[in-house]
Amino acid sequence: MADCVRFVHRGQVVTLSDVPPTRTVLDYLREDRGQRGTKEGCNEGDCGACTIVLGTRDGVLGMAEAENIRYRAVNACILFVTALDGKELVTVEDLAGPDGSLHPIQQALVDHHGSQCGFCTPGIVMSLFALYHGEAAPDRSRIDSALAGNLCRCTGYRPIVEAARAMGRAPDAHTAGMMETLALLRSIDRTDTLTHAGGKVFAPATTEQLAALVLAHPGATLVAGGTDVGLWVTKQFRDLGTIIHIGGIRDLARITDADGVITIGAAATVTDAAEILAPLYPDLGELFRRYGSEQVRNSATLGGNIANGSPIGDSMPALIALGARLVLRRGEIVRDMPLEDFFLAYRQTALQPGEFVAAIRVPEPAAGQVFACYKISKRFDQDISAVMAGFSLTLADGIVTEARLAFGGMAGTPKRAAAAEAALIGRPFDDAAARDAAATLAQDFQPLTDMRASADYRLITAGNLILKWRMEQALPTTATRVPAFARAIGGGA
Amino acid sequence: MSHRSPRAPASIPFPATHQAIRHDSAPLHVTGAARYVDDMPEPPGLLHVALGQSAKAHARILSIDLSAVRAYPGVVVVLTAADIPGTNDVGPVVADDPIFADTLVEYVGQSLFAVAAETRIAARAAARLAKVTYADLPAVITIAEARAAESHILPPKRVERGDPLRVLTTAPHRLTGHLAMGGQDHFYLEGQISMAVPGEDGDMHVLCSTQHPSEVQHLVARALGRSDHHVVVEVRRMGGGFGGKETQASLFAAVAALVADRTGRPAKLRLDRDDDMVMTGKRHDFEVAYDVGFDDAGRILALDIVLESRCGMSTDLSGAINDRAIFHADNCYFLPDVRITSYRYKTHTVSNTAFRGFGGPQGMLAIEGVVGDIAHHLGLDPLAVRRANLYGGPGRDVTPYGMKVEDFIADSLMERLESSAHYQARRTAIAAFNAASPVLKRGIALTPVKFGISFTTSFLNQAGALIHVYTDGSVLLNHGGTEMGQGLYTKVAQVVADVFGIGLDRVRITSTRTDKVPNTSATAASAGADLNGMASFNAARTIRDRLAGFIAGRWGVEPSALCFAHGKVTGDDRSISFEDLIRQAYLARISLSATGFYATPKIDVDKETLIGRPFYYFAYGAAVSEVVIDTLTGETRLLAVDILHDCGTSLNPALDRGQVEGAYVQGMGWLTMEELVFDGAGHLRTHAPSTYKIPGCGDIPDHFTVDLINQPNREETIHRSKAVGEPPFMLAISAYHAIKAAVAASGGTGPVVLDAPATPERVLMAVRARQAGAEP
Repeated sequence: MADCVRFVHRGQVVTLSDVPPTRTVLDYLREDRGQRGTKEGCNEGDCGACTIVLGTRDGVLGMAEAENIRYRAVNACILFVTALDGKELVTVEDLAGPDGSLHPIQQALVDHHGSQCGFCTPGIVMSLFALYHGEAAPDRSRIDSALAGNLCRCTGYRPIVEAARAMGRAPDAHTAGMMETLALLRSIDRTDTLTHAGGKVFAPATTEQLAALVLAHPGATLVAGGTDVGLWVTKQFRDLGTIIHIGGIRDLARITDADGVITIGAAATVTDAAEILAPLYPDLGELFRRYGSEQVRNSATLGGNIANGSPIGDSMPALIALGARLVLRRGEIVRDMPLEDFFLAYRQTALQPGEFVAAIRVPEPAAGQVFACYKISKRFDQDISAVMAGFSLTLADGIVTEARLAFGGMAGTPKRAAAAEAALIGRPFDDAAARDAAATLAQDFQPLTDMRASADYRLITAGNLILKWRMEQALPTTATRVPAFARAIGGGA
Repeated sequence: MSHRSPRAPASIPFPATHQAIRHDSAPLHVTGAARYVDDMPEPPGLLHVALGQSAKAHARILSIDLSAVRAYPGVVVVLTAADIPGTNDVGPVVADDPIFADTLVEYVGQSLFAVAAETRIAARAAARLAKVTYADLPAVITIAEARAAESHILPPKRVERGDPLRVLTTAPHRLTGHLAMGGQDHFYLEGQISMAVPGEDGDMHVLCSTQHPSEVQHLVARALGRSDHHVVVEVRRMGGGFGGKETQASLFAAVAALVADRTGRPAKLRLDRDDDMVMTGKRHDFEVAYDVGFDDAGRILALDIVLESRCGMSTDLSGAINDRAIFHADNCYFLPDVRITSYRYKTHTVSNTAFRGFGGPQGMLAIEGVVGDIAHHLGLDPLAVRRANLYGGPGRDVTPYGMKVEDFIADSLMERLESSAHYQARRTAIAAFNAASPVLKRGIALTPVKFGISFTTSFLNQAGALIHVYTDGSVLLNHGGTEMGQGLYTKVAQVVADVFGIGLDRVRITSTRTDKVPNTSATAASAGADLNGMASFNAARTIRDRLAGFIAGRWGVEPSALCFAHGKVTGDDRSISFEDLIRQAYLARISLSATGFYATPKIDVDKETLIGRPFYYFAYGAAVSEVVIDTLTGETRLLAVDILHDCGTSLNPALDRGQVEGAYVQGMGWLTMEELVFDGAGHLRTHAPSTYKIPGCGDIPDHFTVDLINQPNREETIHRSKAVGEPPFMLAISAYHAIKAAVAASGGTGPVVLDAPATPERVLMAVRARQAGAEP
């Protein structure tokens, strides 16, 4: 049985045997290792000053020559050390050459005056490092996505964008050392459950191991990406009790496509899920682009977003509108249910003790289906929605036969608008139908006023989104959305 | 590998001044090697400190039970008001900022006690375990509540000229209006932090992230009950300041020092982000009411304007901030008969403080609102109305506070920008777009900036510097200014290198320390380079004059015939390297160390009436912003920005451009998305980046042009440059007015009623109000 966390750093395997269960990678780096280049800005995964990069084996696993390393930026402040297991860790201190020569990213930032106070800069460097290794010639929109999770208060970003455009992608030391790193990563691959911290932390390697563990420890805290659970520790000092890490379970992260349904394993990251879903539903792609930040999407999972029962999960209204179903598993017993039935009340779900979310099943687009989703927030990128809407209609001969309208931010859980749906069914989807549906929303929802928006605004906007959706059907060539319009004319992302 | 020194290939231009030289720390920033306070090696025995906070906005403390705090594993000491050997106060101007509340709390988050523990997490966890019982008192949270309760932290002030109330009754047009604008959290990426290391015999060394080391020194000494000379405060760099580390660092420095003094162990206090946002002051939110009279062209004849601000629970810098709001309630516009009244309210919220612009943005947003409303009322192009009201022409060159505007260039800046940004053509194109676009509407606006440079508290306009030249010819530079990312160290080093005629690589900039240069003013009011550049210039000149006298004597030439350039000193046909000159001067027993001092000339203002010349000069700028809004959701997006800004003869165009861009974006955040939400009980609900949104990369349009006009300051500033930290912040008012223009395009007539920040909710409600008003 494995009892040490093992990861690759600077071409060596690092083995940690006595890490406290909720030690964050940021505190480990700064306090245990004295590597203080990585900064803490917010301690909740929102500012990106703590951004590090994790490398994982990618490509055709098991075929050495067809493997490569995929580098992804993540927030170290809310990442538990256990999550490093099996991965390569790259921090801002690892980029410059042994002689002090700067990495092309670093040089580009210096040349373009991309740092002022410099405190966000290590995080920016690391987000750009992931981008550097991720793709050639990223456009502005891609750069904005890569940096959406990195707040800078000094520069106004313009010089950072220019540095990102100028950094190129010449092979660097990480490219040159990739084969050696891959060999090290293979050498620390696990098929058994990692157990450490005095038996308080488990990291199973397979879904089978997980099912047995959850049954044996029904009160355990399941941690996938930890982008929410991390805050329970850093902000609330909660004792999580027994922790089961599911982020390293490969067969739980699998995404498959069969019989018109995409099945997304509960441990698949939002980044991976988005890659599959975005081409099927462009609106969903746009939503995922604005879901958290790249660092969050690289850690967070759709399964975690659903299982924690938060009322503000951005993906839920869209997935409910699409008729997504959940696969739940308890021991060997597997059941499934419509996603909307999973949420019972604020942060309460249908999960039974010993049960866990195994997968999300999303149907592919059907003939006659019209789908759209909308996210309304104060800031376009990396903000939590004030109102989230997912709309799907099925039309037959111009008549609505099925309507699924779901909203987030309007109630204690993501919820379908029953009256609005009823107002649409059995008639053409025209202006009058949209107006009628919008007018019924007050029957379906009594939203709250909070720091994100007032109840009035939420209700008005929710109705307006139905009107907008209708207008988009009627006037498909008219610009109706601010982000897309701005992007089209070069006004930011 | 922190021992390794990162290097970026550097070409060192000479002379360095006016060159686009990179920030001196840039290679350290990008490699993670730049050290902030929390990155310093931790001395053995270091204690970590956390603060217990008030849960009430206004209450009497009945009891505090700290037994669970003391019993928490790892806790070493707990300090309350009773444990302070000196004065329980860190108020910068008025002594009304207790370090620890004793019997009364006046805002949610107010410091009650400190707990020091072996680890940071233990200290923070223990701090939450206090059992405090309160007796609630009536809490004044909002400006409206303060107005009703007549709750003033300082007496109102008024500046008046002519007979505005009479002229209002005779003006061809008269309009009244109201505007509320929110505050703003600084959101420096590095939170507040201090580490205090006790020395022998009562000495205390404090590493602190502050813009005002001298004040921190004085307040730490006062808290310890000791003389200033026991305390050294040191700042190498801050991870951002923006005014938020001018007075706000003192509390945390004092607590760290108190713990260190009590225990004899070093102590570090670093705030968690949420605590930082709850416990530290912000930009003042304002409400503005006006009554304006004007002619058919929109030219203002009389204005009666009232500025009301939420100051929070203590005085802090609210007096000077509200004074500056008055001083900027004219912006670029001549106000013939005018009355400006300023109310400074005491509320049971965190004490608001300095923030880039220091009241100027609020005053300027107020008058720009008035001018914009006049334009919308008359159906004129707002730019034409702005033009009609500019300073200039006979009898139109004196501000309401009696200062003559001698250096006015806003008119020519606006004209140049109108042309280079194609304002008129775009305005026409936007009108055509709007006519055909049912949901999205675009808007454009051009607004000017005139910002007064100098501390309005005149005695603060002084600075000192200390320069050593070592026998190898290397130069060590120290001055009272602090580095928060603005590039001050770089600019001042450029100035000093040029005085000696040596490469910038020969000048080393060291951390700001109160034992090197004493009694400094805060690095604030945009004046860092003006003051410290000149003080350092003077120090360098003192040494150079000695060197010149020495070598001129040897060579038998006039000192004035010598030239210090390219690492050499030349005179007639003779030449000596700077290094050789230094060695010879040393052997000849010439002092190679000097202090320098500078005090800004010409300024003089009456503290009570505010009449006089508070500013040495004005800095100017203008911006065109274009936006798009969604009339169904209120979402907005900035589409394009064009800026023309006045840095005088720029000391460093790269750094100045960085200030202009960064300030614009920060101002855009203030006016569009950054929203401080306090609930009725005084709890800040937006206390983390998850709920408080500052601009992100995607909010910045690709079209973002910045031109600096390179025109010498008419006053004798350092190399005729102009201050740049704050003035461009207010260029973002153009973005807010572009949103107003887009809202106007959604229907209806007359002024657009839109408070700031223009969040999607406010924009949608403004659109709906106009559309409702437009219906028959």
